[in-house]
Amino acid sequence: MAFDYSLWLRPELMPHIWCPGCGIGIVLKSAIRAMELLGWDQDTTAFVSGIGCTSRAPGYVNMNTLHTTHGRALTFATGLKMAAPDKKVVVMAGDGDTAAIGGNHFIHSCRRNIDITLVIVNNEIYGMTGGQFSPTTPTGARAATAPYGVVDPGFDLCELAMAAGATYVARGHVANGIFLERLIKNGMAHKGFAVIEVMSNCHTQYGRRNQHPDPAELVEHIASNAVMATQWEKLSPEERVGKYKIGLLHKADRPEYCEEYHKLKDHAQQRVRDAARKIAEAEAMKPKREGQGGEPSEN
Amino acid sequence: MKLNNRVFWAGNETIAEAALRAGCNFYAGYPITPSSEIAALLSLRLPQTGGVFLQMEDEIAAMGAVVGGSLGGSKALTATSGPGFSLKQENLGYAIMTETPCVLVNVQRGGPSTGAPTAPAQADVMQARWGTHGDHSIIALTPGYPEELYRETVRAFHLSEMFRTPVILLIDEIIAHTTESFTIPSDDDLGPVHPRSWYLERFAENSFRPFHDFYQGHHIHITGLSHNEKGFGTTTPEVIQRGIEHLVNKIELRQSEIERNESYMLDDADIAIITFGSPGRASKEAVDIARAEGIKAGLMRIITFWPFPTETIRTLVDKVRAVIVPEMNMGMLRGEVERAAMRRDVKLHGVNCVGGVPIEPQQVLDKIREVHRGL
Repeated sequence: MAFDYSLWLRPELMPHIWCPGCGIGIVLKSAIRAMELLGWDQDTTAFVSGIGCTSRAPGYVNMNTLHTTHGRALTFATGLKMAAPDKKVVVMAGDGDTAAIGGNHFIHSCRRNIDITLVIVNNEIYGMTGGQFSPTTPTGARAATAPYGVVDPGFDLCELAMAAGATYVARGHVANGIFLERLIKNGMAHKGFAVIEVMSNCHTQYGRRNQHPDPAELVEHIASNAVMATQWEKLSPEERVGKYKIGLLHKADRPEYCEEYHKLKDHAQQRVRDAARKIAEAEAMKPKREGQGGEPSEN
Repeated sequence: MKLNNRVFWAGNETIAEAALRAGCNFYAGYPITPSSEIAALLSLRLPQTGGVFLQMEDEIAAMGAVVGGSLGGSKALTATSGPGFSLKQENLGYAIMTETPCVLVNVQRGGPSTGAPTAPAQADVMQARWGTHGDHSIIALTPGYPEELYRETVRAFHLSEMFRTPVILLIDEIIAHTTESFTIPSDDDLGPVHPRSWYLERFAENSFRPFHDFYQGHHIHITGLSHNEKGFGTTTPEVIQRGIEHLVNKIELRQSEIERNESYMLDDADIAIITFGSPGRASKEAVDIARAEGIKAGLMRIITFWPFPTETIRTLVDKVRAVIVPEMNMGMLRGEVERAAMRRDVKLHGVNCVGGVPIEPQQVLDKIREVHRGL
């Protein structure tokens, strides 16, 4: 039976703003199916984003949704998670949002290992603002602000996440939604900061400037460069050029931030109780006076 | 130091303790002087009281976390100083647009840029009003000494919840580091501290979007986009207009509920001193000396700087022959007084100290004498 998305979406807000053929919808649907499979409750889940095409996703999802400022989604999500640690927090962000303006928040969220799931839609371009190159645009590719090709080397967001301390790192692409659903679901179930990077297509802003104007062809192109992580080691350095790894790339066990803070609170409160008990004991040990002025004076 | 309800606290310490009294259970910040002690003290105290203390990766992140914490149901606070206040403007604007209650302390130091750390200044009053882009209104409080700072910190939380807006507590380095003894106001004196739900039941009309927090079963959407009454982004001109008018009017039209000033010897004054923050004490002493010399001087000290007490100042200026505005900037308050006065013939004089030292009573007194001679 086909999956029923209607409970998870806000149909009154359709049509959405994304271009026909955009990959973001595939990612969003995969994330929704992942939440359904995990039995997550819309009342106790928050869906947070920053600015950009991807960041419009929460507006269409029927739960507690927060559309914040450019690059800052993880900071709002961190505050929200710390204020209500028993609730689930999912962040969806684009490559510009995550790696450029939000780069600092990205690495520090990884470092804290706070229990938030970050789904990055990496279409290698700033789509909404008109196709400027992003920190993940391949070197040499053309963009609105790179008519001669991009000079900047790109970021590998998964390597960055791993180096910064994320405890679940996976990568998929929009040509395989079932695989994506599994990666996102496992990331959501993981206790700690989970990063799922999704290679996606922007034929409108990236593809048309780089010989891939057709969405289906661009998606196929993206899929053709994917190599399962388990197969990656078998490739020679020459064979790896232009390819990328998909699948689970990293999983580690490390203390989760909210839980660690909770322990700190318990410790602080225990110290207050201990101090109060010591004061009370000291009071009880004091010799009782008979009354004011009753003591003999030496003067 | 605390003995019963008598305390010997510096301004920054006072803010931290008063915030806890007001029910603050969430702090996110980034290290910067001269506001550092607020974070240091709350890092000790918040875990004890079951609250959240976060030191974030930068000022921007701290402000984002504060908004997130507030939407999660917390009474949230952040504190910073000049350069940090510049960085916070982005998400301060988000808090204004999304009508998220929170309190932001700016312990002013000299600027622009790194300026004079950590000498006092009062040059961020315009940034407090207009620092974030776009049309909006703001509440900014400028208490003058620790006991008042205690009361105004508690009031800042109250106003932010009531009006569903960030409130800026704008002090300077002198107030932050002035340590003196005072008696903590009693519960009766201060009034009850209410939870978020109390405000939601009474002041829903102050929120343009649905006023609920997250996780209350309402599945609300919150966005920094211009939005409709349901909270969803809109491009309809009438709705955008209505939204911005709401943001401005909910504060500007209810100024009388927010305004607070101190008046001293103004009834028969020829010369009015209008000031705010730490120059208030120097000005008061100057008024006392001038009075002893037979000069009819008086003082108005502004405690609610924004929304600006325009009507109060207009009435005052109509009654006096000259106005002196001492401030630790090049004339930001003087400009607002001029705007409020709408009178070409009123003699407005500034005492402007921007060297990173306090304004002394003698400087104000010299100006009073000079102005008096010219009357």
